[in-house]
Order: sequence, then C-alpha cells, then structure tokens
Amino acid sequence: MSAWFGLAWVCVLMAVAVFALLNGRAQNSSAAVYGACFLISFVGLLAALIHLISGAPESEIVLPLGLPWIGAHFRVDALTAFFLAVVNLGGAAACLYAIGYARHEAEPQRSTPFVPAFLAGMNLVVLAGDAFSFLFAWEFMSLSSWALVMAHHREEGVARAGYVYIVMASFGTLALLLAFGLLAGPQGDYAFAAIRAHQASPLRAGFILALALAGAGSKAGLVPLHVWLPLAHPAAPSHVSALMSGVMTKVAVYGFIRIVFDLLGPPQWWQGLPILAIGGGSAVLGVLYAMMQTDLKRVLAYSTIENIGLIFVGLGLALAFEANGFRTAAALALTAALFHVLNHAFFKSLLFFGAGAVLVATGEREMDRLGGLIRRMPVTSFVFLIGCMAISALPPLNGFASEWLAFQAILLSPQLPQWGLKLLVPAVGALLALSAALAAACFVRVYGIVFLGRPRFAAAKGAEEVDQWSLAAMASLAALCVIAGVLPGLVIDGLAPVAQALVGARMPAQASLPWLSIAPIAESRSSYNGLLVFAFIAMSASLAAYVIHRFASRALRRAPAWDCGYPDASPLTQYSAEGFAQPIRRVFGTFVFRASERIDMPAPGETRPARIDVTLHDLAWELIYAPIALAVSFVAERLNRIQYLTIRIYLSLVFFSLVFLLLALAVWP
Amino acid sequence: MGHLEFDVAHLFAGGLVLVSFMLLYQDRLYALLNVFALQAVVLALSVSWQAYVQGAPHLYVTAAIALFFKAIIVPMALHRIIARLGVHREVENVVSTGPTMLAGMGLVALSMVVMLRVTSAAVPLAREDLAFALSVVLLGLLMMVTRNNAVSQIVGFMSLENGLILAATGAKGMPLVVEISVAFSVLIAFIVIGTLLFRIRERFDTIDAEALDRFRGGRR
Repeated sequence: MSAWFGLAWVCVLMAVAVFALLNGRAQNSSAAVYGACFLISFVGLLAALIHLISGAPESEIVLPLGLPWIGAHFRVDALTAFFLAVVNLGGAAACLYAIGYARHEAEPQRSTPFVPAFLAGMNLVVLAGDAFSFLFAWEFMSLSSWALVMAHHREEGVARAGYVYIVMASFGTLALLLAFGLLAGPQGDYAFAAIRAHQASPLRAGFILALALAGAGSKAGLVPLHVWLPLAHPAAPSHVSALMSGVMTKVAVYGFIRIVFDLLGPPQWWQGLPILAIGGGSAVLGVLYAMMQTDLKRVLAYSTIENIGLIFVGLGLALAFEANGFRTAAALALTAALFHVLNHAFFKSLLFFGAGAVLVATGEREMDRLGGLIRRMPVTSFVFLIGCMAISALPPLNGFASEWLAFQAILLSPQLPQWGLKLLVPAVGALLALSAALAAACFVRVYGIVFLGRPRFAAAKGAEEVDQWSLAAMASLAALCVIAGVLPGLVIDGLAPVAQALVGARMPAQASLPWLSIAPIAESRSSYNGLLVFAFIAMSASLAAYVIHRFASRALRRAPAWDCGYPDASPLTQYSAEGFAQPIRRVFGTFVFRASERIDMPAPGETRPARIDVTLHDLAWELIYAPIALAVSFVAERLNRIQYLTIRIYLSLVFFSLVFLLLALAVWP
Repeated sequence: MGHLEFDVAHLFAGGLVLVSFMLLYQDRLYALLNVFALQAVVLALSVSWQAYVQGAPHLYVTAAIALFFKAIIVPMALHRIIARLGVHREVENVVSTGPTMLAGMGLVALSMVVMLRVTSAAVPLAREDLAFALSVVLLGLLMMVTRNNAVSQIVGFMSLENGLILAATGAKGMPLVVEISVAFSVLIAFIVIGTLLFRIRERFDTIDAEALDRFRGGRR
C-alpha cells in the first residue's frame, strides 16, 4: 500500500462526511453513510494488513500543501500500517454496529457527518509524515470527536463533558506542539525524516519526553490527565464511545511511540522510569475508579485508563531494555504493548457495543436498574461475556496472551543494570498484577449485576434483543478476541516488522513452533499454548456441564419453605453494584478516594428506612485541577478590569507600548 | 542627488513635523482644522517634491489625492460637522499643553535615534524621511491619546496617516495602488467615524468620548 492509497481513502471518507452533512435529514441516510464507511474502513483494513504482512517498503509522498516551505508529508511504514489496521478495524466494526444502532438515535444527523470525519482524522494522524500535518490531523481528530461528544448536548452533564474535553484536548495539542518545536530544533526541520536525522541533547530529550507524555498521555487517558475521559467517552453515542475508547486512545499511543521511539533517537535508560511509574499508577487507579462506578459506560471508560496504563508500562519497559542494548527483550515488551493495543481495540469496542445494546434495549446505563438480561438478550449476553473474560485476561482469550507477554518482559527485568529500574520494574509488575485481579473483579461485577440475577426494574424486564447489524458487529469482535487468544503466534509474527523497525530486533518467529504455542524468549524458559488451554477448558467445561445435566438435574429437589424470611423477595434485594464494590472500597477507598461511609440508622420505633451514604473524592480533581481552576479564575478576575477602560486609555496602552518598544530598540546595544 | 534636492525634501518633512506640533497645542476646533489643512498642504508639497526628485510621476497622483481630500474635503466636512453639532467653543485639556509639547519633543528625539540607528544602510534622504515620518505618526498618536473630543481624535488619526504617506513616498518603489488603497481606507474610516459622531451626539448630547464610557458603565 502506498501513501497515495492512504490519502485517497481519507479523501473518500471526507467525501462521505460531506455527503452526510448535505443529506443529514434524509430518510435512511445514516444507514447509507455508515454502510459506506464500513466498506471504506474494511478496504483500508485489508490494505494495511497486506502491507504489514507482505513487508512492503516504506512509501512517502510530499504534497505542496500546508506550510509553504515544508509541504505535507505522508508516509506509510510498518508502525503506520499496524495502527492503520487498528484504526480501520475499529472503524469498520463501529460503522457496522452503527448501521443498526443509529436507527435508535433520536437525532442521528447530529453524529452521522462527524463519524467519517473522525475516522478520516485518525487515519490522517497515523499517515502524517511531518509535524505540521500531524498536529493538523490531531486537532482535526480532536474537534470532530468533540462534535460527536456533543451529539446529545441536551442531556445532563454532556455540555460539561464537552467543555472539559476541549480544554484537555487543547492542552494536549499545545504540549505536542511544544514537543515538536523542541524536536525540530533551531533549524526548524519539521519533516519527520529531518527530525530523525539529528539527535537531541539529553536535557532537551527529557523535555520532549515530558511533553510527549503530557500531550499523547492526555489524549490516551494517563492519570492524572485522564479526567476528561470518563466524562466524554460515555457522553457520546455508543458506537462513538467505542471509537473513542477503542481507537482514538490508540492513535494517542501511536503519537507517543512515533515521538519517543522513532523521532527522539536512541533512548536513555532513565526515560523509561516516568513512563513505567505513570503507566503502573494509571493501571491501578483506572481499575479502582472503574470499580466504584455504577454507570455502565463510565465503568468501561475508566477501564480504558487501566488498559492504557498497561500499554504504557510495556512501552516504558521496551525503552528501558532498548537503552541497555537488550534488543530482544525490548522487542518482547514492545510487542506485548502493541498486542495489547490491538486486543484493547477488540474488547473495549465490543464492550461499548454491548453497553450500547443494553442502552437501546432498556434505556438504562445505571447498572443498579438492570439485571437478568441474559434471558432477554441471549446473544448480546454471550458476546459481552466473551468481552468481559477477554478484558479480565482469562485464558484462552486475547487479553491473557498480551498480559502474559507483558509479564514475561517484566520477569526479564533483573538483567537490567540500573538499580532504579531493578527496583521499579518489579513494583510496577506488582501493580499490574493487582490491576489485573481488580479488573477481573470489576467485570465480574459488571456482568453479574447487568446480565445475571433478576431484572430490577420494568425496563430491564421488557428488554428485547437488538438488531442483526449490531449483533454481527459484536459477534465478529468476539470471534476476533477468541482467534487472537487461541492463535497469538499469528499476531506476534505480524508485529515483528514493527518491532524490527523501532527497536532493531524482533521476537523469535512463532509460526515454526509446534502446536501453535508461543515462546517469547526460548521454549525452555516459558511458553504458552492458547489452543491447548482452549481445548482443555472446552473439554472440562463440557464434561462438567454434561455431568451436571446428567446427574444433578434429575435429582430430587425441594423448594425452600421459608427462604430466610423473604418468601417474595423484591429484585431490589439482590446484590447491588455498590454492594459488590464495598469490600474493595473499604480496602483501597480510604487511601485512594478518601471514601467515607455514613450510616443513618433510625431510632427504634421510627418507620423511615435506614440509609448508608458513601462519599468518594476524586483526588486528581481536588489536588490538581481545582487549584488550577481557582488560579485561572483569580487571574481572570484581576484581568477583567482591562475590559472596562475608556477608549482613550486603550489608545494610551497602544501608544505607550509602541514607545516602550521603540525605546528598547533605541537603547539596544 | 544634489544638495538642493536634499535640503528641500528635508525642509518639507521637517515642516510636516512642525505642523504636527502646531496641531498639538491647538485647543480650539476650527483652528485645529485649519492647521490640519495646512499639514495636508505641506504633505502634498513634500510628496510632489519627492515625485520630482525620484522622477516618479505616479507620486504626483498621491500628492493630488492628499491635497484634494485632506486639505479640502476632510477639513470642510469636519467644519460642517462642528457647525451642525455646535461644538466649536468646546475647549478640552486632558493633558495640558506644556507637558504635551515636552512629550512630543521626546518622541521626535526618540524616532530620530531609532530610525537613524536602524536604517544606517539606506540613502540619507530616505533615512531623514523615515525619521520624520515616524515622528509625525507618534505625534498623531500622542494627540489621539491626549484629547477627549472625538473630532480632535479624528484629526489626530488623520495626521497619523499623513505620517504614513510621508514614509511611503520616502521609500522608493512603493506601488501607487498601495497608496491609493491606504488613502481610501482612511477616507472610509473618516466616513464611519463621522457618522458615528452624529449618533453619539444624538444620544448623549456631547461628543466627549468619556460619555461613552459613562454610558457603558464602569467595571461590573
């Protein structure tokens, strides 16, 4: 695939966006638009995969657009091709899903034109070959996704989500702008090829790393720059939530990899430290936040933060290994991170689609108002279960494969010579293990409350299975989760050219190993066979099911006579989402959330119900953002005076500043 | 270039600065307009001398525009405005004359220092011209800053623009279209401000710009 092809299909997407804008109110136009987007993204996916697998050479074009003395560069290499595949896979799935989902939207024309534009923007970020095109595409992506967040702008909280999002997006772009400014250096070479040619000094490299971490990290959702993400992702329509969580965060990861691994030149060992620390912190905090939420889509959004943390841990490890010359280990860590990028795109999109299906069927996002959907929506429940298992990193699904690779890389850390890394990496590994366990608890909670038990309210009781398009999108993603989990060797081999290009080494070829097992370093050290695990689980599960049905079902059963004093238990007495989270809140909450519980017990004889009130604090807001907001409003209050001066004083300001500048010119040596 | 050409150009440009000083201390509106017309005449003379010296006939057009619009049309129009508004007796002194003149001298000195330093590579005629032009611009700004009356602010603005034209003609090779478009944009600004004057007058019974601020209300 040449860069021309990539650009052509960005243009086609933009044409579709314009078409959607013109025909917004026409009947069925949204289905046509999403259908077209699906086809385009699918072709893009195929082209990117072919490029990646065939090992086609890099292709670069320069167009006379943008800044006059730079032009617009677009290039396709292995990294680009991989992320193009992720973007277009997520895009194709979301568009397929949206063909059905958009029918249930009250005003589909509010989001229809922006989805192709958003897809085009993400493709363009990945294709960009110079700083100017990159930033332009990045900002285009941010703005079109902002428009999508604001699609339901009349709903409560959406306007605030949009506001916080656009502020944080501007901050991120500013940080990236400064990072590219530092990368370009005094000679102002903004093309990536020119940036790559010269080496930044260590101090400047540190600044660039910090700015890239702030810019790409705020878009990806690293703690503490994550605050916009759990507001904005759930506010958008569900297919857009899936795109933002599953794909746009990956584009941010791409930006980070491009700057830090490609443009910054050979890494220093200490550059891994901040990435590892922030990644580990994000992983644990993200899943703890997710555990405390009761809004289904918000749980998923917070869980994105956890997964992004995991990906950044992999990237930090790769950087640390590469700086010390352990290229194979670096390739392992990088492959784990990229594999998880792919996996997260699979299962997070799937889960957001599932949440959207629940929303369509019941109109509810509050988990405590749902329940028992497994009987009303069997197919959705099944694929959602696969997504939950995958994100909880259960074998034989794909989440396990990538997290296992990440842990294999962590286990190599004692080889590292620096004590800082020797100490930090196992600690981060412990954080990852903790977050993996908490993620499993979190998704047991989600699945148990939403799909199992009995319906808590009428909306859940009358739920209907969603349409075929949505089911097809979810089922294909679920199938991909299973395939990538059972055959991880295929993915690892597919990622080999990317690792080769970025860290100069690749993992050993997995295709040659017998029985489709994978071995990250050598078979003698550790290996994993997804197929075998899958076969074992399938066999033992069917055996158990058979035994239960054969022997247990026919056994004599007695109905309870008293049923613990609740003969006609209300569905509301079932385990609630809050209740499930309570033990974890008690363990971590006082420290991480400053949680406090207040029990309001009526006196004996009173008839009012007892209450338990839980207050949680988001420390990121209170310690970082609230002081900044206070400072900004303080300064604005002081500067407000300037708005109310007389015309003459404004003129005097101009006059005196002119005189001052002339004076400066006059006395300049 | 001969000695005479240089001296005459110097004379006219210096005359322009001198007339700017005369503008600064006029506090009667009619006198102000007369001095402004005089400034336009001096400008026209200076520009036509430049046209003669540089052998650039299109500068004669610029001179004619300056003479026609700035020395005749604009002062007459302002005259009529003042007569219709009946404000010819208004005396205004936000900053008194003495400090204003002193500040003006400082500005001229400043522009000399800056321009002579910055343009050391240019020909002497252009250097002097630019230095004088910057003085005229700064004096016009000073006038806008030190006056409250809207009419005198317009005059300050127009004299500032005279300085710009002087600078433009001093630099060789400035295309005619630029000068004409600058002249017309100033004319349009003049029309807009003139219309605005009547509106202000209708509402507030004065053309003191401070009244606008009182109407808008101070700080919330």
